[in-house]
Amino acid sequence: MNLRRDVFQAIADPTRRAILMLVATQTMTAGAIASNFDTARPTVSKHLQILTECQLLKQEQNGREIYYNLNPNKMKEIANFIDPFRKMWDDRFNKLEDIMKKYKPKK
Amino acid sequence: MGLKTKFNAEEGKQDITITREFDLPVELVFKAHVDPEIIVQWKVQPNTTAKILKFGGKKHGSYQMQSTDSQGKIVSTVSGVIHEFIPNRKIIRTFEIENAPIGVMLEFYDFEPLTDDTSKLTMHVIYESGAIRDQLMKSPGGSGYTMGAAHDRMEEIMSKLK
Amino acid sequence: MELKTKINAENGKQDLTITREFDLPVELLFKAYTEPEIIEQVMTNPYTTAKLLKYEGKKHGSYQTQSTDANGKIVFKSNGVFHEFTPNKKIIRTFEMENAPFGVQLEVYEFESVSDGTSRLKMHVIYESNAQRDQLLKMPFAQGLSMAHDRLQEIMSKLK
Repeated sequence: MNLRRDVFQAIADPTRRAILMLVATQTMTAGAIASNFDTARPTVSKHLQILTECQLLKQEQNGREIYYNLNPNKMKEIANFIDPFRKMWDDRFNKLEDIMKKYKPKK
Repeated sequence: MGLKTKFNAEEGKQDITITREFDLPVELVFKAHVDPEIIVQWKVQPNTTAKILKFGGKKHGSYQMQSTDSQGKIVSTVSGVIHEFIPNRKIIRTFEIENAPIGVMLEFYDFEPLTDDTSKLTMHVIYESGAIRDQLMKSPGGSGYTMGAAHDRMEEIMSKLK
Repeated sequence: MELKTKINAENGKQDLTITREFDLPVELLFKAYTEPEIIEQVMTNPYTTAKLLKYEGKKHGSYQTQSTDANGKIVFKSNGVFHEFTPNKKIIRTFEMENAPFGVQLEVYEFESVSDGTSRLKMHVIYESNAQRDQLLKMPFAQGLSMAHDRLQEIMSKLK
């Protein structure tokens, strides 16, 4: 699985996170997205490009316009990165708890 | 005249990088950081006198330094423990101002020779939070001016030892 | 299935927190982190045996661990120093995995009594960079992926 761009890096930027929230429940054109930010239009376009390259945004052609929308499956993937880490710690803690419940101090 | 000591503190992060080049061989810059008698001459807050209560200049050693004002009143005590100590190369240590609500910091000092007579110090300081870092940068003690001036003082002192 | 452990790792930051409640009084929870024999027991798993080469459980003390596999080969080593060590309350220490690209971490462990028989541990781990933190976060995922990949290959080869 070869991602053209690292999703972690993509969502590290606050403007890009804000863009993802905007298009979470609606499709929007690049122009409509850009009008929500003080940032210059080319900068917003660059953000859209990064998000599209790592598949966090889907593009839909409607007439002459391109509409952007959040790709929920990709977002789920990011949440899942932490799950194995969390499970690893949970297993360790369960083991610790079991050991200590049986603990009898040496006299 | 700009400060020779440079600071890099990115927005939203909880660390800071401080770099400075010295007209000193790397051994003297390192010595200035680990010789108790020299440390108290420059690594102190303005208008205070410092006293080293403890200094274990080695891996897993610990240190404690106390600063008093002109009336002899204790102004602050700093202390910590050394995680790594490689002469003329690297020091990694914890740092805390005792009884101050600013948590513990992890400090990385990298010493690098540039030429026979010049060297570079890079300090990477990591705070428990971005809020603490920002707060400290605004305080007189934590300001760039104080650190830069301290570095100037150190360079002057160590130049006499060349 | 709901896991009891909570992890908070904000995007772009270089720290994370791990929180967990235990059905243990706080004294036993603290003991699990500070008694050498128990530390070794918790760290040991079916594949590696952990040993504490050094352990000074006090302020400004230091520690060193080593884990070996079934053939006696050293597979993991760590070391660090204690900046603070307050019984049943708080441990602040450095942590470094030797021969690994993860740098040195600052770890703050806070132990709290919740009731007579329950307690809470909150770990705040701060890394040298957010890149290193993310790399560590992804490791179990990568290991899981690689194990799943091996499993899949195994299954596929049997279908041939």
